[in-house]
Amino acid sequence: MEQNIKETVLVAMSGGVDSSVAAALLHERGYQVIGVTMNLWDYDRVGGNLNKDSGCCSVDTMDDARAVCHKLGVPHYMVNFREEFEAAVTDNFISEYMDGRTPNPCVRCNTYIKWGVLLQKAEELGADKIATGHYARTTFDEESGRYLLKQGKDGHKDQSYALWGIRQQGLERTLFPVGEFTKPEIRQIARNLGLRTAEKKESQEICFIPDNDYSRYLKKKRPELETHLQDGEILDEQDNLLGVHKGYPFYTIGQRKGVGIATGQPVYVTEIDAGNNRIKVGSNNDLLHSGLVAENVNWISIAALKEGIEIEAKIRYNSPGAHAWLQPKSNGNVEVRFKEPQRAVTSGQSVVFYQDDLVIGGGIIESSVKHQG
Amino acid sequence: MPCFSANFGNASSVHSFGQEAKVALEEARRQITAVINAEPSEIVFTSGGTEADNLAVKGTAQFFSGRKTHIVTSAVEHHAVLYACKYLEKNGFEVTYVPVDKFGLVSPDKVAQAIREETCLVSIMHANNEIGTINPIPEIAALSKDRGILFHTDAVQTLGKIPIDVKEMNIDMLSISGHKIYGPKGIGALYIRRGIQIEKIMHGGKHERDRRAGTENIPGAVGLGKAAEICSRSMEKDRVKLTELRDDLQRKISDILPEVHLNGHETKRLPGILNMSFPGAASDSLLLSLDLKGIAVSNGSACSSGTIEPSHVLKGLKLSKNLANSAIRFSLGKENTPEEIDVTVGVLQEIVSRLRGLKRGRN
Repeated sequence: MEQNIKETVLVAMSGGVDSSVAAALLHERGYQVIGVTMNLWDYDRVGGNLNKDSGCCSVDTMDDARAVCHKLGVPHYMVNFREEFEAAVTDNFISEYMDGRTPNPCVRCNTYIKWGVLLQKAEELGADKIATGHYARTTFDEESGRYLLKQGKDGHKDQSYALWGIRQQGLERTLFPVGEFTKPEIRQIARNLGLRTAEKKESQEICFIPDNDYSRYLKKKRPELETHLQDGEILDEQDNLLGVHKGYPFYTIGQRKGVGIATGQPVYVTEIDAGNNRIKVGSNNDLLHSGLVAENVNWISIAALKEGIEIEAKIRYNSPGAHAWLQPKSNGNVEVRFKEPQRAVTSGQSVVFYQDDLVIGGGIIESSVKHQG
Repeated sequence: MPCFSANFGNASSVHSFGQEAKVALEEARRQITAVINAEPSEIVFTSGGTEADNLAVKGTAQFFSGRKTHIVTSAVEHHAVLYACKYLEKNGFEVTYVPVDKFGLVSPDKVAQAIREETCLVSIMHANNEIGTINPIPEIAALSKDRGILFHTDAVQTLGKIPIDVKEMNIDMLSISGHKIYGPKGIGALYIRRGIQIEKIMHGGKHERDRRAGTENIPGAVGLGKAAEICSRSMEKDRVKLTELRDDLQRKISDILPEVHLNGHETKRLPGILNMSFPGAASDSLLLSLDLKGIAVSNGSACSSGTIEPSHVLKGLKLSKNLANSAIRFSLGKENTPEEIDVTVGVLQEIVSRLRGLKRGRN
């Protein structure tokens, strides 16, 4: 960045320590920072207002972000994306569960809201770039002419898994100031700057289900869950009827707790058949998959997959990468074959392809291949 | 301010500190009566325009509860009146929200048609805060009086800006607020014509002639009274200046930007309010962009920004979505200058052009 031209960057601030420090670092580096907190949902829409919080947005979140901006001497605004969030994230969340899949709403939010609507808003406000507090890194590769996405320096905190959906024109205008640091370093920076969010606890739940009660949320949004989907069948791997379930959307692949079937051995949900309102259970071995097919694939370090490549595939946020081979399919989907069978590959989850710390691309798990062994 | 330090007595106390405070309070009261041609005993200090509206609406309703349970108001009232009415609807009352015409004006005929046997109150705002439209209050008050119904008007936007004479205009109750007349926030008053009885909504001590309990906000009242007096004194001068600034702003905007739209009435409006739509530019982006350039405007939506529902006032005008979602209110004050108008027009042109360009590029 040329020192005499001040670039304007819109920093998405959740009120947490990471985005607070992101704003502070950029401000220190001479960027013109605009702090923005997105209002994505309200209690009327999602229910679960246990603490009788303000009906609008989380007032605490806003206050913390605003206080940090005030301290830095930069403007702070709230932008209302409730309609867009509902359309792109929560509607999809519900329909995926109703289809018997397990969605990842944070990925959808990043792809369609942060690097979608928010990017547009940045442009409208005259900001050249956007920044977030994600532990990730982005660089431009001269040779390929592509913007790259890399894991954050802190292996424990890397959040690149949720960012696979960002397109080239998004990465081009993105800064990840926090990605070069470890979490302890970030907290220390926050302390040194006297930011009140320095010791703030991280939020673990899905933001729009503040009481963490997925069942309540799904039932609120799909009242028919209370009546139509009860008492579906639970079958074993040989299609023997073992019992009844509470409604297939309340289960996920690999789930053990709450299934309510006792066979003397631990049982896990191995399959969800939404069409017939059935779930299948089996042993741990029955959860092994030798491969999967990924759809809605977004390529980052390459323009497209022309031929097979070898990568590490992450099938869950907190799982280590698994060695695998990719093969392109004619319809744009990707076949993934694991070197070692992987446990509980779940449709609807994201699969992200890495080579070392570089994100090659990612997609949504459409289907998986059971391990024959 | 001496009220915060030296003269901190409680106006209700018997001792001389209290008596001094009482004198200041009554002086403030007298200043307000001078502006609207009322009597001191008819002024009740409140915590603001919202409380004054609540007192007028709920106080009247509760007084007539069980006997006359219908209220007539307009669809574009301030939220204080609207939500007080909505609350009453959940508590045994019926409310008719008279629609406005495309300029935001309330028609006396429509009010007359809405009135029933059981109507206990007609509440129509003197001028609208978002679009500035001034309603024909004397006619509406007169027709209420003819039918023996109490008439209340929210004059928060009009006190000290256009002439008000509660006796001549047949107004029974009138709300005012400090911060709309360059006075302090957190103070207001309700004028209640002598002889009219309504219920309290603040119970406790017998302050304000037993109509509103609570230790009086002396500094606030003093500020409100002074502000009212100052505004009233320079009312005509301010009106001329603001009208000129506003018309200048409107004309320059219309000259320099294509496809802009005025919301409200061309002539029957407050001197300091201009509400315009800029189709193709989202109002929240306009608002934030202008703020980034040091220009403060508003757009009437509930939260500070957003593309949620446009304001109920714009809805009441039956504007198309395009126009409603691109509306901005410029609120001018007597300290604004012609130079500021020119700067605003320039900045606005830049922003609107950019936003419209981005929109075209995306489609």
